[in-house]
Amino acid sequence: MRIADKGKLSITGAIIGIAAVVLTVLGNPGNMGFCIACFLRDTAGAMHLHTAPIVEYVRPEIIGIIIGAFAFSLLGGDFRPRGGSSPVLRFIIGFIVMIGALVFLGCPLRMVLRLGGGDLNALVGLLGFIAGIGVGCIFLSNGFTLGKAERQSRLEGVALPASTVLLFILFLAVPSLFLFSESGPGSMHAPVAAALLAGLIVGAAAERTRLCMAGGIRDIFLLRDFTLITGFIAIFALTLIGNIIAGSFNLGFADQPVSHPMHIWNFLGMFAVGLGSVMLGGCPLRQLILAAEGSSDSAAAVGGMIVGAAFAHNFSLASSANVGPGINGKVALIAGIIVLLAIAAIATAKERRNA
Amino acid sequence: MKTLDASGYSCPEPVIMTKKALKDSPDGLDVIVDNRASKENVTRYATALGYKVAVEEGSGNWTLRISR
Repeated sequence: MRIADKGKLSITGAIIGIAAVVLTVLGNPGNMGFCIACFLRDTAGAMHLHTAPIVEYVRPEIIGIIIGAFAFSLLGGDFRPRGGSSPVLRFIIGFIVMIGALVFLGCPLRMVLRLGGGDLNALVGLLGFIAGIGVGCIFLSNGFTLGKAERQSRLEGVALPASTVLLFILFLAVPSLFLFSESGPGSMHAPVAAALLAGLIVGAAAERTRLCMAGGIRDIFLLRDFTLITGFIAIFALTLIGNIIAGSFNLGFADQPVSHPMHIWNFLGMFAVGLGSVMLGGCPLRQLILAAEGSSDSAAAVGGMIVGAAFAHNFSLASSANVGPGINGKVALIAGIIVLLAIAAIATAKERRNA
Repeated sequence: MKTLDASGYSCPEPVIMTKKALKDSPDGLDVIVDNRASKENVTRYATALGYKVAVEEGSGNWTLRISR
């Protein structure tokens, strides 16, 4: 069973790696075949939630991931509407994860894609990510929990996937409702059909295998279990090979696509993402998949990420490419990490008293 | 046989709860989980420690009978 799981995860990782490079070749920004944080942010911009002119686009990849995961969870019997495990705390944690991701300029998935493109700033981010997961694991093994989820109605479970379908229909039928970037990363995108198809495939494969960027490292720390990490390694290997074939491999810190070389902020940004992901039970990609499987709690976290992205651009918290974060972003990130640590400490202490 | 009800919790919490419970009752116990991820993760964890795991499917949940 272990080998079978690892095999499926390797194949899923390989599919994501290939899809990511193909989407980049077809028009997505560099090392951004997929980026859950960036794409939620672009979608938030398209919906007028923020008005940063360079990052506005309804990303069909996100829509495809949710629909693909929803469909396969129905087929496989994993669609189980449930919720009630601290939704407001999850919203706040999702919000802070997004701030961290936008200071670093990428979610954990894009961090791996950036590594595969030779971007060494992502290696600094990876160190921060591992540190954040390590701190999260200390809380987890001391009893941290956001509480029990209860069963919910099918209507509750279907609400988010149905909203996603509605968004896609509006995007195709009445595009004038949305804002679309004319320059910058938001203006760079693969054709809609290719992006949607890639999203559907990745959503379906990630749902079946429960692929998670944070979970792989977490399981090594907590359980000495190397199953989930195989997906992470496969994505890296395939994007590395794909980038070398496509001629887009460029090793170094300088002049990397949509990134910046401020090491401390790359480290701290991904530290917040790692810690927050462990608290939520999975990275941003995994939150999308769980929300599609009917988790109201993960839907709350995704909502927090979307609102966090809007705040990040309305209040200049997100980093600028090549420059890094401004003072607002630095203050918000430090405050966010303190809030994460406080939530983790209080939820852990409460659990120990009750034990 | 001791029973640990981990339903409502999502991974990795059921695995950590099982890990702690196995320290108190090293001969084995029953663990109730309500999602496939937890079922597979707890089974994988217990198997890796050398336990035998028998799975009983209930209505919307699984009872994992972990024994030596």
